[in-house]
Amino acid sequence: MTPRRPAPFPVATALRAVAAWAVALLLFFPIAWLGLTAFKTELQAVAVPPQWLFAPTLENFHEVQGRSDYLHYALNSVVTSVLSTVLGLMLAAPAAYAMAFFRGRWTRDILMWMLSTKMMPAVGALVPVYVLAQKSQLLDTQAALIIVFALTNLPIMVWMLYSHFRDIPPEILEAARMDGATLWQEVRLVLLPLGMGGIASTGLLCLVLSWNEAFWSLNLSAAKAGTLATLIASYSSPEGLFWAKLSAASLMAIAPIVVFGWFSQKQLVQGLTFGAVK
Amino acid sequence: MNRSMPRLLLAPAVGTLFLWMIVPLGMTIYFSLVRYNLLQPDQTGFAGLENFEFFVTDPSFGTAVTNTLLLLGSVIGITVGIGLAIALLINEPFPGRGIVRVLLISPFFVMPTVNALLWKNMMMNPIYGVLAQVWTAVGAQPVDWLTDHPLFSVIVMVAWQWLPFATLIFMTALQGMDREQLEAARMDGANYAQQVRFLYLPHLARSVAVVVMIELIFLLGIFAEIYTTTGGGPGDASTNVTFLIFKQALLNFDAGVASAGALFAVLLANIVAVFLIRLVGKNLDR
Repeated sequence: MTPRRPAPFPVATALRAVAAWAVALLLFFPIAWLGLTAFKTELQAVAVPPQWLFAPTLENFHEVQGRSDYLHYALNSVVTSVLSTVLGLMLAAPAAYAMAFFRGRWTRDILMWMLSTKMMPAVGALVPVYVLAQKSQLLDTQAALIIVFALTNLPIMVWMLYSHFRDIPPEILEAARMDGATLWQEVRLVLLPLGMGGIASTGLLCLVLSWNEAFWSLNLSAAKAGTLATLIASYSSPEGLFWAKLSAASLMAIAPIVVFGWFSQKQLVQGLTFGAVK
Repeated sequence: MNRSMPRLLLAPAVGTLFLWMIVPLGMTIYFSLVRYNLLQPDQTGFAGLENFEFFVTDPSFGTAVTNTLLLLGSVIGITVGIGLAIALLINEPFPGRGIVRVLLISPFFVMPTVNALLWKNMMMNPIYGVLAQVWTAVGAQPVDWLTDHPLFSVIVMVAWQWLPFATLIFMTALQGMDREQLEAARMDGANYAQQVRFLYLPHLARSVAVVVMIELIFLLGIFAEIYTTTGGGPGDASTNVTFLIFKQALLNFDAGVASAGALFAVLLANIVAVFLIRLVGKNLDR
């Protein structure tokens, strides 16, 4: 934090504050409206003019659970996003470690190549991945989503871990090696404690990306392994006038990750920009 | 430490990523050259370039390419432009700045399917939607956004989602600015416009490049917003290349034509990526 200076022009500061608050409230309004609608009855939800004051009801949340088994989809979301993050970290961390501390001739090229695979549009792999999943009986299973999420996030994870590990002075690791530490000891006693921040923020980013992922979950999963993203998509029926329930389901789907995002915004930025903006 | 150890550690990530790239790509190339319909397994055989011809001469094709580029250009333009303005606006301390930050970044964490249905129903519905009520309140005729301006509606949803991202990056970059240089410029009597022109914007150039590149990666593949709202319609009015290929593959079950289209999408992404990696690549690796 920079130390606060006394504002030179109170009027300018006041204007700035008003404008900033107006913009922030305007952009946040759709989410706030979703939150309000979740606690209305279906009639109140479509009332003209819109109702601001009403007796809140929890009816929608019960209905969503009873009718479409919210917890089943929520569990799928938790399992797929957590396990894909763990799988991704297990693949990415050793690679990032090797590239950060043992730079070779090809390190830069490998990093750029990994970034370039992220440029491949997912739809380019849609038919083959769908066919492979179908042939191996993995269609609509958690396993398929876990593997696909981990692989699509892998380039970002390697880049992010790499840029964090590069901030650790290699001399510390060398000293441990000189003292006769094995690779496992070096990793456990030196790298993990020093790199924990980077590993944690990489994990956070992948949790968010997997939780919100919609392309693969819509195409590879349905009633059995479907995530919350697919549950919400099933509410897009043409008649669609059950907004209160839609809002309740949506609120439960986004609340964990939005709150999560508030606390980890800074790490998420670093991750998404491959460490290029700090 | 064994000399081959780094390679062993690198191998799993490089290997799986290579497989993840090469197997689907190989299969896509193969499928694109044969007759392959998921519903008619008896139709087989070499198709030559038929699939490509079918995909490219499909009247939806031109529309889809135009829509993809329009979507990319508009969202990047909106998010970078407004994102810069907001980041500059909240760069100085004011009461409640922390809360404003939290409110501003929230839309980024809303999953695409929720974003789409929230806008489609509660905001843009022509009768009960909030926008319709605002329009009525000021005496205007409510607009049926998704029917009359489908692509614009999708642009609004996607821009709403990505504006916080751009803002957050620019905010972070602004905090790393040289305070003394700014003070010096103020002492010398530089007005705010001059400070923006000669200090803030040059400092932000690199962040703008990064934002453009990241958004490009994610926006080429926009899918859920279209799938859950307009379904690509009416007609092809909001179909992008990703959605067109999806329609061929999983609605028409024509894996051959879809694969030909997928190769086109890969080509499109690579054209965009090559010049971008050149542009930004040297900035990314310190």
